Amino acid sequence: MTRHRRETAAVFLLIALGGAVCGSTFAADDYQEGSRLYKDGKRPEALERVNAYLTQHPKDARARFLKGVILAEQNRNPEAITVFTDLTEDYPELPEPYNNLAVLYANQGDYEKARKALEMAIRTHPSYAVAHENLGDIYATLASQAYDKALQLDSNNATARKKLALIKELVPAKPATTLAKAEPDKAAPAKPAAEATPATPIVAATPPKAAPEAGKPPSPKTPASDKPASASDPTAAVLKMLEAWTHAWSSNDAEGYLSFYAPDFETPNHEPRSAWEESRRERLAKPKKIHVTASSPHVKFTDNNHATVTFRQSYSSDNLKASGKKTLHLVRHAERWLIQRESIDK
Amino acid sequence: MHKLAILHGARLRAMTLPVLAAAVLAGDVSAMGSHQPAAVARVGRALQIPEAMLVQALMDIRDNRLSAALERVNALLALKPDFRLAQLIRGDLLLARARPLSRMGAADAPAERINDLREEARARLTRYELQPPLDRVPKYLLQMRAEQRYAIVVDTTKSTLYVFENRANGPHYVTDYYVTVGKNGTNKLREGDKKTPLGVYHVQSQLPRDRLGDFYGAGAFPLNYPNEWDAREGRNGHGIWLHGTPRDTYSRPPRASDGCVVLTNEDLDDLTRRLQIGLTPVIIAEGIDWVPAQATRDTQKGLADGLEGWRHDWESRDTDRYLTHYARNFSADGMALSDWSAQKRRVNAAKEWIKISLSDVSMFLYPGRDDLAVIDFAQDYSSSNLSNKMKKRQYWIRDGAQWKILYEGAA
Repeated sequence: MTRHRRETAAVFLLIALGGAVCGSTFAADDYQEGSRLYKDGKRPEALERVNAYLTQHPKDARARFLKGVILAEQNRNPEAITVFTDLTEDYPELPEPYNNLAVLYANQGDYEKARKALEMAIRTHPSYAVAHENLGDIYATLASQAYDKALQLDSNNATARKKLALIKELVPAKPATTLAKAEPDKAAPAKPAAEATPATPIVAATPPKAAPEAGKPPSPKTPASDKPASASDPTAAVLKMLEAWTHAWSSNDAEGYLSFYAPDFETPNHEPRSAWEESRRERLAKPKKIHVTASSPHVKFTDNNHATVTFRQSYSSDNLKASGKKTLHLVRHAERWLIQRESIDK
Repeated sequence: MHKLAILHGARLRAMTLPVLAAAVLAGDVSAMGSHQPAAVARVGRALQIPEAMLVQALMDIRDNRLSAALERVNALLALKPDFRLAQLIRGDLLLARARPLSRMGAADAPAERINDLREEARARLTRYELQPPLDRVPKYLLQMRAEQRYAIVVDTTKSTLYVFENRANGPHYVTDYYVTVGKNGTNKLREGDKKTPLGVYHVQSQLPRDRLGDFYGAGAFPLNYPNEWDAREGRNGHGIWLHGTPRDTYSRPPRASDGCVVLTNEDLDDLTRRLQIGLTPVIIAEGIDWVPAQATRDTQKGLADGLEGWRHDWESRDTDRYLTHYARNFSADGMALSDWSAQKRRVNAAKEWIKISLSDVSMFLYPGRDDLAVIDFAQDYSSSNLSNKMKKRQYWIRDGAQWKILYEGAA
């Protein structure tokens, strides 16, 4: 049980950051001092320490994140935006930098950019409550702007000036602490988005018969039963994932299908992710009927978070029939198994 | 009731919201029209592009494709940022991601303004579904003269203005546009009643953009309301125009004008190149009667026979026969049939010969009245003591099987 216990977002973050922090964690004096100073409200001093630390560890995500937070709180928006933008580029799987970028954009009144950043946060991390809540506020603000234009109202900016929640720390002290609770000055009153328990993927609440696109903003569309399975039996979880993946494919559900691919998925021809996604969308949209089955799957675990599943894939559509042996290389992200690489076995 | 139960019964979570919102919006959109599957297949119809995008977005909403709908609305607004209905839909689609919606137009705003936009959504959907029956024509278009290149027929019930091209074998549908008509509907009677007149009119003049206020947009084309029939019926008022839309909005709700027929500026520009001042007929109907072309030819034949009989009897100076072509309740320029008859007897008696030829004949059946038609023609009159050429207009009324002249005057 303990080995496969449910992981919180926080644990996932620790794992994701492992590479970056490794080797420096135990000598992080400047960082810890900076963090302490920041908590004491001494921002300039904290920033000095963090900067000192970063000269030695320029890639360290936590330190860069803290720097961004301090800059944001000092209203140095452009600098803070640069820090968080760089973080999203280096660690596209982390939702927090996206969230904070969104907060900064929203402060500037650029709600469209804020929306996109938050949707990225949620795409990387569907259960991310703060991002959901912030996104809810952004949507409401954008809606009110649209209504003003539609109806020639002048109600603007009462809602538009709502402060969004900035995430203060990249890694919570205790894995079990939810990010939402770690956030003291939540701006918005509780709304539906916030009612979701952050540790539970919100996808679990999506009714199974949801229309193909109804689950947007882009979100994984695993069946509701995925979570308990992954909690108890990893093999079953992988098989479930395989089934859901073929199902999304067979249903021409491009967004659902794409949600099974890890942020660092190795595209088959090393093309940019966006180009690959585009071509997949097109492929899935073209034939009227796609039927994909995966038979005789065989699951192997390399470690707790990595697995491969090999199976015979049969594909048939209006204009093509093909079958062959395929292997998916999977990585576990939070509650979900995602595809890192696909290979076709000759 | 059912919708409310869903909304109140569920503990909502972020991801379920769009689903519920979709259900509500979709229901709302569905309720705006029947949306037969056949209609969905007609994406290729010549709807102006912004309208096609809007309708597609509404279809997406109906089918619960909210993200696709939002993308489409965003693309549309990039093109036409002042399309207020599109802004309303965008507001709904965004708000649906934050909280459940109870209906289309969830904004906190005066109900009247939201209703106007809901009505526009309904009208746009209705327009999308209507297929001009290509094997039929509006029964009003009986005959156009060669120089009349187009005829316009407005269906106020469909918020649509149709353009027909005058071809050798009859009128052919060319395109149609969304239009706004009077705030208080149709059948204009009085000055200031904010109603759009129903009848057979024509474009009288063109008022160019730079001589108009912004309110009229790309330009204006006054119509000849009240026409001779309207005057006879005691209808009054003036200033019924075809015109464009103010700068700050792409379009106006289906019923919003003071009686004018209002187009979007791009549609008005498009229409302008087809309008001929003093020539283009504009027929405004409350629901178009579409009939097989043969039916209009039959009606046209009856009228043409009547017209030829009138010409012939006049030319032959058989005044008694000539006068049988006039209806008992005929009047023209304040002259009743008795005065008219007396005058004609006097004039014709002084002639040794009369020659009359008619050309450039156009005939339109009056909307809402199968027994009334307007005939325009050029009359070339010569006689032993007088000749003249004039453009004439007659209103003919059917009396049993016979068409008779109700009004006659210079056009």
